[in-house]
Amino acid sequence: MITFSERQLRVPRLLRPVYLVTAGQSKFARAIPEKKTEELAIDAFTMAARLIEKSPAELKRYIHTAYYGHFADHFGDQLLGEAVIHDRLGLDPLGNVGIKTGGATGGSTLWEAVKAVASGYSDCVLAMGWERMDEVPTDEGNHLISCAADKDWETPLGHIYTGYYAVMAQKYWQVFGKQEESFRRTMAEISVKHHGYARFNPFAQAPMKITVDDVLQSPVVAYPLRALDCCLMSVGAACAIVCDEETALELTKNTTNKPLRIWVAAGSHTLRPACRRNMDIPLLPNETQDQYADLGERFPGGDRYPGFTGFLAARMAAWYGYRMTGIVDPMEDLDVIELHDAFTISDMQTYEDIGLRPYGEGRDFVESGDCYHINPHTGQPGRLPSNLSGGLIGCMHAVGATGIMQTFEIATHLWNRWSEIHGDPDLWREFGREKPQDWTDLQVRGAKRGLAISHAGVGSHVTATILMDPDHLLKDNA
Amino acid sequence: MSVFGTVSVKNGRYRIKGDFHHITPSTPIRNQDYPWGLVGVTNPRDMTYIHTYGGEAVFFENLCKGKIHGTRCDNPDCTFKGTVYLPFRIHCPDCLAKNTVIDLTDVCRKTAVIHTYMVCERSGAFNTLDRPIRFINVEFEGISTILMSYLSTGTPEIGMRVVPIFRTQDPTYTITDLSWVPTGTPQEALPKGFSFE
Ligand SMILES: [Zn+2]
Repeated sequence: MITFSERQLRVPRLLRPVYLVTAGQSKFARAIPEKKTEELAIDAFTMAARLIEKSPAELKRYIHTAYYGHFADHFGDQLLGEAVIHDRLGLDPLGNVGIKTGGATGGSTLWEAVKAVASGYSDCVLAMGWERMDEVPTDEGNHLISCAADKDWETPLGHIYTGYYAVMAQKYWQVFGKQEESFRRTMAEISVKHHGYARFNPFAQAPMKITVDDVLQSPVVAYPLRALDCCLMSVGAACAIVCDEETALELTKNTTNKPLRIWVAAGSHTLRPACRRNMDIPLLPNETQDQYADLGERFPGGDRYPGFTGFLAARMAAWYGYRMTGIVDPMEDLDVIELHDAFTISDMQTYEDIGLRPYGEGRDFVESGDCYHINPHTGQPGRLPSNLSGGLIGCMHAVGATGIMQTFEIATHLWNRWSEIHGDPDLWREFGREKPQDWTDLQVRGAKRGLAISHAGVGSHVTATILMDPDHLLKDNA
Repeated sequence: MSVFGTVSVKNGRYRIKGDFHHITPSTPIRNQDYPWGLVGVTNPRDMTYIHTYGGEAVFFENLCKGKIHGTRCDNPDCTFKGTVYLPFRIHCPDCLAKNTVIDLTDVCRKTAVIHTYMVCERSGAFNTLDRPIRFINVEFEGISTILMSYLSTGTPEIGMRVVPIFRTQDPTYTITDLSWVPTGTPQEALPKGFSFE
């Protein structure tokens, strides 16, 4: 669609408040040959129980339904993997369902879980996501991922998803980046930042102390994208428990976890980027029509919206999500975010789609230092730290788990438990990873509201998960 | 001896002939770091799928005849009547009426311009194109969408004028039968099996 009816633009509403009570995750790595997926799911679940001082058996007694995010069945040659995990978690005969929306699977799983509680169907729901991409050789993995493109019109062209995705990066790079060296360095800075933050995250797969020049000298994957501009391929699991208010209070009684309000909104767009038709930019609460009147003059080629430069699905997820929760200016109203940095350049595109900066000016979110835990220019806390987990570039992209990992990360800040969890020497030891000498506490002080963006491939599905401390809501009836 | 699986349709049903899969035994995966303990097994899979193009078959049939077909919504009640689609859309995405199939070969020859591109060194298993693959997305005058394809000669640039070429010899009946070259490319420079019409 390129025009919308009023009904389609109705602001979504939950019928009752929904709370994130706890969450957990397994170790993330490129390959985990020593564990079956069910073992990783049990690791994640056990951690979620531990954070609210429950045994897994005690936590299980609260669960009423289960939502499972797992994208690529064909990677494991196992259909209905959800049924396997559900059985191994010992949750039969409770109702459960599998969710798959590509890279947004984790976010979509939370979307469904939240609606199950909001509707009153369940009082306590498990959202669990996982992926394992280590059971085929890389070229076959590339083919299997390319099957997420259109099988008649795209996949036969090289069986390589990068080819379908990176054409958008090329366009953004030329139109909004103007192929400037300074823009290229800003892209590289994102990789340096995410690999760098991953060093302080025991769950993370790719901690690296690197420089902008290291990124610029890494092998070209699809120009201008280089190896260090790209996200990881991972194995791992993550889970979250969402509840109604009464159950949330009971489950967290005498624990450190304060139940957090949770909302998820979703958007979509054509599977084939080629099929995007021109339309007007749907405006976020902090934007006006006028500000884009001269977009094509300032950035020649940038007047075609969403063209190949914007992600309409991300824009719509934010459009619904912000209105649902009372967010007007995400830079002011949010304290910490996790974005879907599949590539450095798509991280930057997302800054614009979700209104951190106007279209065309995404690079400023990095260049201003706003995206850092500590702004390198001022030495003061960054205005809106992003991807302190390391994101998809530094921490992981175990597809079905990714959106849940991001939510776990945001929650640890809002619970003021980031340091306790990420600094735990036992966890570093358990994962066989060395805690760096210069390990740094990345807790965002006083964080009350956060956002996680979960994004599928070329932008077919995107979700916005919003978490808030219930004592710091922006809107009474949200 | 095994025979490649082939399929035809008769009386509305698929008729299949030949081998659609090959059986290879599983082999153990052992851990070199521990005393050769069992970790798992390989599961070889080699199979052939049967796939219909449905209402898009006319597009794939005609590539080897040097024709590019698209579609247009002609429903007088549709808000977006007259919108032209390439990639081919069987139904209008707005009113869902069946679109009219139209020959866009001429429009493609005269107005194709590279909207964006990507030169990709890598490919996935089962790839049949030469590397690096020069992915191009082509825009046309009067067509509301953009077509993803690949450039067979030259270096792609945004704004470059290109013309279609077709695999007229030994067609594969896939989207790879359509490719593009910069305007002015001589016939001798085309890849084997391809021609301008
Ligand atoms: Zn129509």
